[in-house]
Amino acid sequence: MTTLLDVRDVSKRFTMGGLFGRKQVDAVMDASFSLSAEKPEIFTIIGESGSGKTTLARMILGLEDPSRGEILFRGQKVDRHAGRAKRLEFMSNVQPVFQNPFEAFNPLKKIERYLESTARRFLHTSDKAAIDRAMDEALQKVGLSLREVRGRFPHEMSGGQLQRCAIARALIPNPPLLVADEPVSMVDASLRMSIVNLLKSLRDDLGVSVIYITHDLATAYYISNRLIIMQRGRIVEMGDARTVLDNPEHAYSRLLKASVLSTDDAGAGKLGTDPDMLRLANGSVGQAGRLIDRADGRSVRVYESV
Amino acid sequence: MTLENNPEILKVENLKAYYQMNYFGVSREVRAVDDITVTMRKNEVYGIAGESSSGKTSFIKVLAAAIRPPLRVVSGTAKYSFSSGAIDVAHATPDEVEAVRWKHLSYIMQGSMSVLNPVRRIGKTFHDFAARPLGLKGKAFEDRVVAHLDRLKLPPDVLRAYPHELSGGMRQRVTIGLATVCHPEFIIADEPTTALDVVVQKEVLNLIRDIQKEMGASVVFVTHDMSVHANVADRVGIIYAGRLVEEGPTREMFFAPKHPYTAHLVASLPRIGDTQQRPALEGRPPNLADPPQGCRFHPRCPLAIDICRKEVPPLETIGPDHRTACWRWRDVAPLVHATQPAGVMA
Repeated sequence: MTTLLDVRDVSKRFTMGGLFGRKQVDAVMDASFSLSAEKPEIFTIIGESGSGKTTLARMILGLEDPSRGEILFRGQKVDRHAGRAKRLEFMSNVQPVFQNPFEAFNPLKKIERYLESTARRFLHTSDKAAIDRAMDEALQKVGLSLREVRGRFPHEMSGGQLQRCAIARALIPNPPLLVADEPVSMVDASLRMSIVNLLKSLRDDLGVSVIYITHDLATAYYISNRLIIMQRGRIVEMGDARTVLDNPEHAYSRLLKASVLSTDDAGAGKLGTDPDMLRLANGSVGQAGRLIDRADGRSVRVYESV
Repeated sequence: MTLENNPEILKVENLKAYYQMNYFGVSREVRAVDDITVTMRKNEVYGIAGESSSGKTSFIKVLAAAIRPPLRVVSGTAKYSFSSGAIDVAHATPDEVEAVRWKHLSYIMQGSMSVLNPVRRIGKTFHDFAARPLGLKGKAFEDRVVAHLDRLKLPPDVLRAYPHELSGGMRQRVTIGLATVCHPEFIIADEPTTALDVVVQKEVLNLIRDIQKEMGASVVFVTHDMSVHANVADRVGIIYAGRLVEEGPTREMFFAPKHPYTAHLVASLPRIGDTQQRPALEGRPPNLADPPQGCRFHPRCPLAIDICRKEVPPLETIGPDHRTACWRWRDVAPLVHATQPAGVMA
């Protein structure tokens, strides 16, 4: 099995504060997982704010150096300081999609400019026709076309369309891997499904692997193959998405699942969280524990004292 | 729980609020709120759902008496009946609004990071907001605020903190505290939980509900997330392209929607334990400067027929508390919920 992405015992520690009162924050601790090159999949990272999921994504994109451990993409180390040519090559293989499409696009420039500059850079051409073709192909993949987009400014599109343009831009160099950081959290609920369905079809039809970062368990269940659940920088549960979410084992995973607002008893006004569950989930914060493999293929972090 | 007999606190009648712009001889009119009639009762949580650019924000701007040009109320009224007297906020003078603001009519804003002044301690912000409407000073004021924070499960230390020192959930609780410290009768909550993650979101929603029950206030809860409405609202109203398209008790809206847009919103919610393909609504929300003829939903509607393209459907009452604006509401099948519990009437 060849691996596309290999994350090996990666940790990230930030130092906060000035000379006095300096504080160390471990954003990510010993994260390891790998994606296979043969089988495209949607790999989901779930966690609340501050769980380190965005830091992990930034390290995969090479925007942040890991403090310990290493990340390999097709056997090559992801290195922020590798030099321009190498970085460009890496960037044409791993592309990001960010959270808020309204902030990702410059409001004063037409959307096509953003697509155009990506195409020019990664296709190494300044031939207008070739660039247009590449842009149109990428837009077709997300259900838009260059004709619809040309000449429009970001404020003229809906959030869903704009997010699709952002995904189209990421697809221009035909990358085998997309890193999508909460791509639907700023998009309207009615348009959310169109983005999620799009990610799904990218995997199924185009063979693009997606690292999907979210705190929305329902969409994670809907599209992902495998997932990891992170709590305060540590992976607490990892495995097949359906297996894990149908029956989460770690206390924190259970809390997350219980916190998803269900519509099954709409109008009943059930909002209480079981305090025992909260206590159990918070009890594991800061404890190292270790990941143990279970028979059904998942790994769960267990603690000696519990 | 039935609130049908509670007295009305807000009565909105035929409200039209447009953005009117006139630059260099070119005039443009955006009909953000087009003929909305709705009543809200004491002690009720009324959920308003709608996508961005549907006019829901403009609607609550009118309700919150924050009408600034280019937004103008063209016709209609929005009358509150507060204990201190009635006020029509659509046509009130600034002094009249000042008299009810925070004390009777309050607002929980979206995005707690940008609401709180980043260079002012929370305690100062509380002072700025609430000292005048409460009419308290010094120690008495601080005691009142601390007691209120305690109810929100916030330690008194937050008064000495700056906004960036608090977590997102705590900041949101602080903004809820600001909105409720004067014990208002009517609270407008504009997407208060959109930026929060699931665990914190649930806590905050629970808190809003508790506070609402305790104070006996009415809440208008605005969000596009239907799963929030399912758990918080007593009644839900759906706004599409500036119009109220359906309104009804939460349970009926989820299990027996009578407007294709509502049916779609409910059907598109993904659920854990169900990987069935979810349909996404095609097309985009209409441009309010140039809305489609007839029913504004018809270009995206799977049930559209000829009459939908020509005539605007009236908001019909089709059951107790249930109104819908659709020519074909009888044909709207409940699309989802195989697990529909017994006893829900269709």
